[in-house]
Amino acid sequence: MQDRVYVWEAPVRVTHWINVICILALSVTGFYIGNPFLVARETSAFLMGWMRFVHFVVAYIFVVNMAVRIYWAFAGNKYAVWQEILPFTGDRMGKLFSHMSYYAFLGKKPPTELGHTPLASAGYCIMYALFALSAVTGFALYSQPHHHGFLQFAFGWVFGIMSIPATRLLHHLTMWLIFYFVILHIYLVLFQNSTSKSGILGSIFDGYRFVPSKKAGK
Amino acid sequence: MRDLPEDYSDNSEQPFDRLVARGVTRRDFMKFCSAMAAVLALPHTFAGKIAEAIEAARRPSLVWLEFQDCCGNSEALLRASKPTIGRIVLDILSVDYHETIMAAAGKQAEKSLYDVVDKQKGKYIAVVEGSIPMKDNGVYCCVGGKSALDIARKVCGNAMATIAVGTCATAGGIPAAKPNPTGAVGVKTAVPGITLINLPGCPMNVENLTATVVHFLTFGALPATDGEGRPLFAYGERIHDHCERRAHFDAGQFVRQWGDEGHRQGWCLYEMGCKGPETYGNCPVVKYNMGTSWPVQAGHGCVGCYQANFWDNMTPFYRRLPKVPGFGVETTADKIGIGVAAVAAAGVAAHRIARAIKGKGEEETEE
Repeated sequence: MQDRVYVWEAPVRVTHWINVICILALSVTGFYIGNPFLVARETSAFLMGWMRFVHFVVAYIFVVNMAVRIYWAFAGNKYAVWQEILPFTGDRMGKLFSHMSYYAFLGKKPPTELGHTPLASAGYCIMYALFALSAVTGFALYSQPHHHGFLQFAFGWVFGIMSIPATRLLHHLTMWLIFYFVILHIYLVLFQNSTSKSGILGSIFDGYRFVPSKKAGK
Repeated sequence: MRDLPEDYSDNSEQPFDRLVARGVTRRDFMKFCSAMAAVLALPHTFAGKIAEAIEAARRPSLVWLEFQDCCGNSEALLRASKPTIGRIVLDILSVDYHETIMAAAGKQAEKSLYDVVDKQKGKYIAVVEGSIPMKDNGVYCCVGGKSALDIARKVCGNAMATIAVGTCATAGGIPAAKPNPTGAVGVKTAVPGITLINLPGCPMNVENLTATVVHFLTFGALPATDGEGRPLFAYGERIHDHCERRAHFDAGQFVRQWGDEGHRQGWCLYEMGCKGPETYGNCPVVKYNMGTSWPVQAGHGCVGCYQANFWDNMTPFYRRLPKVPGFGVETTADKIGIGVAAVAAAGVAAHRIARAIKGKGEEETEE
């Protein structure tokens, strides 16, 4: 028999799905802003206007969502806290290598982790760094017409480091790098789901994972 | 901002008399003053104050230095179809040295420059056009046996104020484009610490130079500037936000190819690489050549010539995004992005296949 363990609390699951929606919406609208693939027939249309409006609104949601998840890394259960996410703490470096060698067919399958595997959490750290890079470059670009206000104060320094076109390029590239993580993330979840019976795929919907009864009894 | 010294003139002749002598009517003069108030973003009631200030102006001397340049800013100043009032107002200044247009040559010309520097120390205005080479002791640009750097240090260092005109003088411009063989820099880097106004552009807009001088004469101080020393009245707003084609941008109507239907309809040049969204300047409002036109009105995208290092940063001029270093000339970010995603997908597929070949021998047996 297996026991159900409540792993992902509601804030973890909700922020995850908001992230999914935000990344989809930001990618579609952002790709249009960078390379307008549709041309409006009437000058009275507001196609680019709406694309940009949605992009900016969703960008705010995305950043607030990130902030909520980072807050939960301090307030959540033992599977959600920052010690679980940063790969440097305790024996997580060793576990990281055993997971990597397993995925490279070099090692045996390590024991299933109920929370993030060290490899996954290292990936999420890089992904959050990319999110932050995307947000900083994005808000710097957004600050251009509002350049006497708070946004200019908060993000104007970006243009002291790199030119505006270089910032735009970097912002654009972060989208593709995030896609890279999305592909790996979905594949590894499906891979885990097919090789283990811990219910990883379902867990992001209802929060529960499964462990054999003897383990849970310990 | 720095106040003018009390006695910066050596001439009591009334400027307005000289304008009348040149055939300028009172009506023309007041129109000019109103236009200047508009360029400076002042209320129209300031036109009277500007007129009073210009009428009372006491001819400060002006010297115009040219270093590594194409003379484009002088051309912009001189090449009007008829003498503009802005040009005549610049005559209110006593232009004592300008290599291209002065009659004197050789030692006589140099003497007139150093006469101003020595006799009117701290009371004259220096205009600099062109970049200053720093490499190899500045040998790449010498005038009368002196390097541009030495001349700039002496002339700008003793001036009441220096106005750097054109992107070369403000940030090195085209001579400073990679690989910058002469070590070209702008005045701000070459002669730090001086009272300096930057009017970048390729060329700068003469209206902005005239307005800067008029501001100086009217208020006795240089106009407010941004972090790069550019006057806010001219460089405070983004070109994209005042562009006459902006409605087509918001609508989603873009030129896709030169000469296509959208181009003939005057749609937005964003997809053709227009750098209006990256450039700060008043081109759409003031325009060039006495308000005749400006690049976007003429159907060509902005190349961002008001921004420092535009030759490196804003290229390719006809693409939206810059080239990615190390990936070849024609590679765009999207191609790299698709490549990265394809590598990820291929990695996923390879892992899947390897897994299938290996079989499911490691299936968990935890139950």
